[in-house]
Amino acid sequence: MIHFKDVSKTYRGGVIALEKVSFHLKKGEMAFLTGHSGAGKSTLLKMISIMERPSAGSVLINNHDLTKITKKQVPYVRRDIGMIFQNHLLLRDHTVFDNVAFALIIEGYTRKEISKRVDVALDKVGLLNKARCRPDMLSGGEQQRVGIARAVVNKPPILLADEPTGNLDPELSKEILGVFEDFNQMGVSVLIATHDLGLIARMRYRTLTLSHGQVVNDGLHTPDGNRGRS
Amino acid sequence: MSLLFDNRASGAEDLHKKGFMQRLPMFLLNNFRQMIASLGGMWRTPSASFMTIMVLGLSLTLPATLHVLVKNVQSVSGSFDSASEITLFLKSNISETKSRNLLARVNLYPEVDSTQYISPKAAMEEFKALSGFGNALNYLDDNPLPAVILVRPTNSNRAPDAADALLAKLQKEREVELGKLDIEWLQRLNAIVRLLQESVYTLGILLLSAVVLIIGNTIRLSIMNKREEIEVMKLVGATEGYIQRPFLYTGIWYGFFGGFVAFLVLEMMLWWLGAAITRVAESYNNDFILQGLSFGEFGYLMLIAIGLGFAGSLFSVRRYVSQIEPEML
Repeated sequence: MIHFKDVSKTYRGGVIALEKVSFHLKKGEMAFLTGHSGAGKSTLLKMISIMERPSAGSVLINNHDLTKITKKQVPYVRRDIGMIFQNHLLLRDHTVFDNVAFALIIEGYTRKEISKRVDVALDKVGLLNKARCRPDMLSGGEQQRVGIARAVVNKPPILLADEPTGNLDPELSKEILGVFEDFNQMGVSVLIATHDLGLIARMRYRTLTLSHGQVVNDGLHTPDGNRGRS
Repeated sequence: MSLLFDNRASGAEDLHKKGFMQRLPMFLLNNFRQMIASLGGMWRTPSASFMTIMVLGLSLTLPATLHVLVKNVQSVSGSFDSASEITLFLKSNISETKSRNLLARVNLYPEVDSTQYISPKAAMEEFKALSGFGNALNYLDDNPLPAVILVRPTNSNRAPDAADALLAKLQKEREVELGKLDIEWLQRLNAIVRLLQESVYTLGILLLSAVVLIIGNTIRLSIMNKREEIEVMKLVGATEGYIQRPFLYTGIWYGFFGGFVAFLVLEMMLWWLGAAITRVAESYNNDFILQGLSFGEFGYLMLIAIGLGFAGSLFSVRRYVSQIEPEML
């Protein structure tokens, strides 16, 4: 599903963010991406959503090479990828419902369809009764779940999360991860970047470890055995 | 439209698979929604919108007023145009009968509308009455004034050039000593009107560029204010066009309302000044009617205002929306 082939990224000024990163996340697979701050986790996620372009190598999603995606096509790629952020990125002057509906409105869904799908998504994260609230009125965990609802409302095949449990207590973190697991069970490929090692340890999922821009452990015990399979 | 997943169902995908004609109603509906939404956006910040609209309206009022001014001056100078008259001074040794003959000949010219003969005697009487020399003129031995024929050209020959040509033709008549067409002042007036027109256009262009800049800046500020929203829209996959459209519509609305304010202010000014101007015109015995904006000109004003609104917002949107890229922190 997500296939990195020798991807390198060098920022202006010569800072190397990623160096020859290769891995393959299969369809319907859930995995963690971990590493210390500045190891390149965010950069890696940005490559998938084309917020950054690789300096070398290529990223493939469902066997489509992202380097061949033009600037005009980027929005359409992003519609296939649900993204969740540590700071939620919710719009404060819009209701929870509107925040989630955003992803559908831009695609030109009808009002009826939007209402139906937003309700389903909010129900899945347990916030249906808060649809008319503004994000400020919600707790941190609830805000994060609104972000998740927005990411999944148009049923994307891929879900990316950058530190989704960053400032939540362990109990809430577990709850959020439970939501991810639910989506994963419906066949969505999930990649979660986190440095919460305790959280990872409790769950038995594949874990990719980055260090100084390189994959030091791709979560499969035989790193070379993964290559060539796609 | 999913680029990466061939069989991914989505509400919009079905639309994209359809032909252009089936997509068009949806496209128009979306545009209409965004158009109304941007109007709503302006309504939510009434004082800021009001001030912007007033600034635009007043900036547009000046060029519109100047246009009306030029139009009225043109209509006045146009009525002067048609007043041109040719004065033919006849040779002094010509008999009355010969003069009458000439008069008859001139009357037959196709370019001539009417003529008037003033005999030397009549000219003397008039001179006596108007000059104030009075009886002093009685001491003259003989009448030094020549006979005069006043020639009024037909309508089509009253323009300075045509009248000039007619004058040259008349001067070739044997009996004519001197022909005079007082068109110099007319040419000067025309030159002044043209200068006025040119300066109005120059000033107009400056003011209209000001309108573009005002709208551009207003839209730039509103883009900056909505930076967060734009980032989120880009993250969830809104196309550049979708993000830009509300701002473009806002610019168009600003132009629309600004143009309308300009129209209202102009009409109020004309109404206010109308009576005074008519009084001045009456004292000149002129049947002058103050002209306002015609319906067509009102349409042009609105079109120009909307066009400028669109241009200003397009400039800002092209420049600033694409600069905003989502940041994942």
